[in-house]
Amino acid sequence: MPVPNAAVQETAIGPSPHRVVNDFSIQVATVNGSGSQTANLVLIRSIFQMGVPVSGKNMFPSNIAGLPTWYTIRASKDGYIGRKKEIDVLVAMNPETAKEDVLSLESGAAVIYDEPLNLKALRADLLFYPVPFDKLVAPVCPDAKLRRLVRNMIYDGVLSCLLKIDMAQMEKALRKQFGKKAKAVELNLGALTAGYGYAEANLPKQDPFYIEPMDQTAGKILIEGNAAAALGCMMAGVTVVAWYPITPSSSLPETLIDYMRKYRTDKETGKATFAIVQAEDEIASIGMVLGAGWAGARAMTSTAGPGVSLMSEFAGLAYYAEVPGVVFDIQRVGPSTGLPTRTAQGDILTTAVVSHGDTKHILLLPASVGECYSMAMDAFDLAEQFQTLVFVMSDLDLGMNTWMSDPFEYPTRPLSRGKLLDAETLERLGTEWGRYRDVDGDGIPYRTIPGDGMPAYFARGSGHNERGQYSERPDDYQRNLERLARKFETAKRFVPQPEASEQEGAEIGIIAYGTSHFAVMESRDQLLSEYGVKTSYLRVRAYPFGDEVRAFVERHKRIYVVEQNRDAQMRSLLKIDLPADLASKYRSVLHFNGLPIDARSVTDDLLEQEGAKPAAPKKAVAFSGGLGGE
Amino acid sequence: MADTPTVPPAPAKKTNRLGLEVAPYRGGRTTLCAGCGHNAISERIVESFWEMGVDGSQVIKLSGIGCSSKSPAYFLGTSHGFNAVHGRMPSVATGAILANKTLIAIGVSGDGDTGAIGIGQFVHLMRRNVPMIYIIEDNGCYGLTKGQFSPTADVGSTLKNGVVNDLPPLDTCVMAIELGATFVARSFSGDKKQLSAILKAAIAHRGTAMIDVLSPCVTFNDHSGSTKSYAYVKEHDEVLGEISFVPFFDDIAVEYEPGTTKEVTLHDGSRLYLKKVAEEYDPTDKLKALRVLHETARRGEYATGVLYVEPDRDDFTTLLNTIDEPLATLPLDKVRPPKAALDEIMESLR
Repeated sequence: MPVPNAAVQETAIGPSPHRVVNDFSIQVATVNGSGSQTANLVLIRSIFQMGVPVSGKNMFPSNIAGLPTWYTIRASKDGYIGRKKEIDVLVAMNPETAKEDVLSLESGAAVIYDEPLNLKALRADLLFYPVPFDKLVAPVCPDAKLRRLVRNMIYDGVLSCLLKIDMAQMEKALRKQFGKKAKAVELNLGALTAGYGYAEANLPKQDPFYIEPMDQTAGKILIEGNAAAALGCMMAGVTVVAWYPITPSSSLPETLIDYMRKYRTDKETGKATFAIVQAEDEIASIGMVLGAGWAGARAMTSTAGPGVSLMSEFAGLAYYAEVPGVVFDIQRVGPSTGLPTRTAQGDILTTAVVSHGDTKHILLLPASVGECYSMAMDAFDLAEQFQTLVFVMSDLDLGMNTWMSDPFEYPTRPLSRGKLLDAETLERLGTEWGRYRDVDGDGIPYRTIPGDGMPAYFARGSGHNERGQYSERPDDYQRNLERLARKFETAKRFVPQPEASEQEGAEIGIIAYGTSHFAVMESRDQLLSEYGVKTSYLRVRAYPFGDEVRAFVERHKRIYVVEQNRDAQMRSLLKIDLPADLASKYRSVLHFNGLPIDARSVTDDLLEQEGAKPAAPKKAVAFSGGLGGE
Repeated sequence: MADTPTVPPAPAKKTNRLGLEVAPYRGGRTTLCAGCGHNAISERIVESFWEMGVDGSQVIKLSGIGCSSKSPAYFLGTSHGFNAVHGRMPSVATGAILANKTLIAIGVSGDGDTGAIGIGQFVHLMRRNVPMIYIIEDNGCYGLTKGQFSPTADVGSTLKNGVVNDLPPLDTCVMAIELGATFVARSFSGDKKQLSAILKAAIAHRGTAMIDVLSPCVTFNDHSGSTKSYAYVKEHDEVLGEISFVPFFDDIAVEYEPGTTKEVTLHDGSRLYLKKVAEEYDPTDKLKALRVLHETARRGEYATGVLYVEPDRDDFTTLLNTIDEPLATLPLDKVRPPKAALDEIMESLR
């Protein structure tokens, strides 16, 4: 976790003369399993309710209870929702990490801590607020067994007082959190008030951090990416879901089950318009997806990198036998078991070509919870249009963290079922029809599904001719492979297109995707406002790449590909797919420590590669040109 | 008036209740070895589906990898087929049935496909009671990779090079009964009458119908001890040896009465002892079924017949309580909740 990187300064500091309003981060360090999540959600929601843009990131260990966990809330008046590396306000509840947590803070940060930890002696350049949590919790929670849980709500009260977070909003958020559980509301409200009262009476304000009401969150929602994806799947009309629990993807099907039970089950008969199966493993789950997709259902699974590895054989079968299906890959840190509860964009390259032989898969690359929702629908349409697997490459940061978003729009377009052969088309095509025959020149054949009364065919992973018959003939094999490549080429025009944002005269182009987006957006602002460096930006939203990606690379002198893996996987994919003479333009900004990428790291790394080692940023000092060059 | 010459009427072609002749129930030409028991099983499948008057367009046929798994191409030509990956056909079948539970599914696997790589999926197919017919074409060896042992190979059986199998075989019937399959049978590819009857009962059953069919491999149980080995044949028939490796054997056929034991000599000279369960046998008694299987196995016999039936247990789609229509083809208004639902969810997230 936080690596100590701040020099310990000797000079003590006093009450801050200036105010930092709605632009700082709060980190709560607790012990896994101590029930702090509720307190953290109440905290983030109350700031959100005050109209201040927020994002929340949960950094938790791969275990059930007892190990350190951190929850970081970033309030950003400018709406930046990527991770901010520096912590401004620390709530130190975990004895095991408290010392390291404190040592890693930047000078001037505030520390609220459990009094017996006695942290004050560690640093003279921080502002300390000791709070006797145990003493405060005892009178408000007579049941000793519940104290461990209720205790956390005290720091919400303390923060409310110190940071001026409206107590009415705290209470509202708390009631929302507990719903109708009256006893829980009462106990936690008691703890919240006790914390506030203690801080008011004993902790004179010394830090500069304030939350003040804004109007930037009206109408917006707070949601996790996995829940957003689940919603998208339901609206996409998914009917068969087969899954196997794996962090960080499990909350996707679990949320989907909740939604489907509520909205896709007949209230009178109890009959469901869906089947959701917890399979025995990832292999069985993708097998069920293939069976269901072959039989005409909109089918999906969700998994993480290890699951994709297991699914690879079936992925090749789906590609070659041309069976539709949707796979959500909520990426985590690899290789192997890696860091199961940390984030990365490390599955891009393997997933693009997963399985043996020549295979290529459509990847969608959501960057926001909104895209988790909308791309779920895109994925099902594309899977059926192209009769192939579509992988939605989310990640832990997006999937399991809380994000602010505009509410999701109700879909207006009908389901696109692709080229399903019907009587009319069969009449038109006559003997031209063959299961794997390209009659339209786009590489996409017409398929039939069991029970539809149309001609039957035999789906198989072994060599087959245009009629779907077993064949080992060289010309049949080659023609089929070429058609599949043509089909993939066609997909370029139908997948979500990249989004570009250009600054006039920018020589530097940045390419990023997925959750690296938010860090890049913020970094571009830093580069421009602090160093006068202009950049253009292209966010890739799908593989295969649309033609715009190539045009963007061609338009810029140097291309920085920003991604969260060690081996520059997207850069490799660009090199494979775009003309070779562009390859010398690529540079990489890579971030792979398991934590979400942050803007400052991108800025520093990019500047360094431009040949201008970044000094401490100085506002309003324009960078004096002459940057980098080849 | 001269007698009008009478032309004897052409014998009426036999049709089933759908008015169909047997031809549409056939598939492509087999590429398995001549005399392979699997071909006899395909024949019985053709017959039984025809006799039961099943509409081929409402049947799906699935398989894994191996000799056995090629066979769905050789029957029910009007049915959609899916040749999946090694051992993982059960999951594909499960998904297909979930997509459209109105279809009749028949899966064909082998002893290697089921008992080795596929044992996990076999286990879960049985315990889910997915409505399908699951046939194991069981010959105790891997044909397509030239004769290695499979998990149902008997202790003491040998490879061509003399290597002896010293591991006990899996008994897929014992496993299926324990795991929750609701129709478990064993038969022999050469017993036309019994296998047809079992297949017809399996078509009528709603739930997993697991049928282990002993089906001798004519090519790789072909070792030196056999009088019907390739070497022996070659020595005794120069012409055949030069022309082709494909053995000339006929399918083995047996017929025997319930309650009796039949000794069957296979092409390689080895012998099977088939014990047909007696007419008074009660297949709804799970413990009895297991007892019979264990007792016959101890004697080196295979109990054949319908060994266990549990007709009333809910199948997997009933448990999941899915809508009566196929999920695969539900229209938009059935699968996309109204805008009010999304509005409600959005409100809860504010």
